[in-house]
Amino acid sequence: MKFDLETVLFFSLAVMAIGSAIMMITRKSPITSALYLILNFFTVSGLYLLLKAQFIAIIQVLVYMGAIMVLFLFVIMLLNLQDEKILKEKFTYRKITAVLLSIFLFCLLSFTIYFGFSGKFTAMSDKAVEIGTAEFLGSELFTNFSFPFELASFLLLAAIVGAVVLAKKKFE
Amino acid sequence: MLESYIPIIIILIISVLFAVVNVNLSSLLGPSRPNKEKLSTYESGIEPVGTAHERFSVKFYMVAVLFILFDIEVVFLYPWAVSFIGLDQLKMMYSFISVSVFIIILLVGYIYVIRKGALNWD
Repeated sequence: MKFDLETVLFFSLAVMAIGSAIMMITRKSPITSALYLILNFFTVSGLYLLLKAQFIAIIQVLVYMGAIMVLFLFVIMLLNLQDEKILKEKFTYRKITAVLLSIFLFCLLSFTIYFGFSGKFTAMSDKAVEIGTAEFLGSELFTNFSFPFELASFLLLAAIVGAVVLAKKKFE
Repeated sequence: MLESYIPIIIILIISVLFAVVNVNLSSLLGPSRPNKEKLSTYESGIEPVGTAHERFSVKFYMVAVLFILFDIEVVFLYPWAVSFIGLDQLKMMYSFISVSVFIIILLVGYIYVIRKGALNWD
């Protein structure tokens, strides 16, 4: 392994990402957790840039750090979580299910990493820089992959209708 | 490769410095003589009742969620706007039609939102 700038950047971003994720789940105040989640999104966006996925990196900043975080903060204010003690629950079915699912996810991830990794690192192709741009993405998405693109619009439509139906009942 | 990000890094550094310096500069330069009366919470000169943490109305959430959904619609249009001019005639037409269908489907959602009055504040 050679220690060039990209390696140093990768490890510092990875440490920051893991650190902010741990800080996010251990904070008491939900607002502080949400702010650490912003930091986590930012470092992940940096990792996307290192993978030469420029468009996804900027979308991560625009949509996740900008819009989704606003939504998170609104939900926190909507629920008005003041005291964490109210939310603490005893040993319930939900907790058992959560633990089992986490163990399952951990096994799945570790198996995938262990068996899916062939043991040697392959260098990123020279075309990777071109593929990550918005221009290349656009020329492929709207011609060769137009069907999944149209499906995305139906997904968004369903989300719009769902949001209106769920929230509208409350303030009528 | 990484050299092309230098302007972005410079902007990031300047924006972080601007925020940190300005916040700290005001507390450094401004006079600070706190006393008990000054530090107490008040609202229009009256002692506050209850906490400041009020529950927000679901109306704020409604606006935020609809903003995100239409924001994602716009995100799909960025690569289209950039790539459109570089395509040949046939692909240009094809991508125009596919984006038109995309926008029309979401227009149905927009009309639904307006007709339901989901963005009305009252």
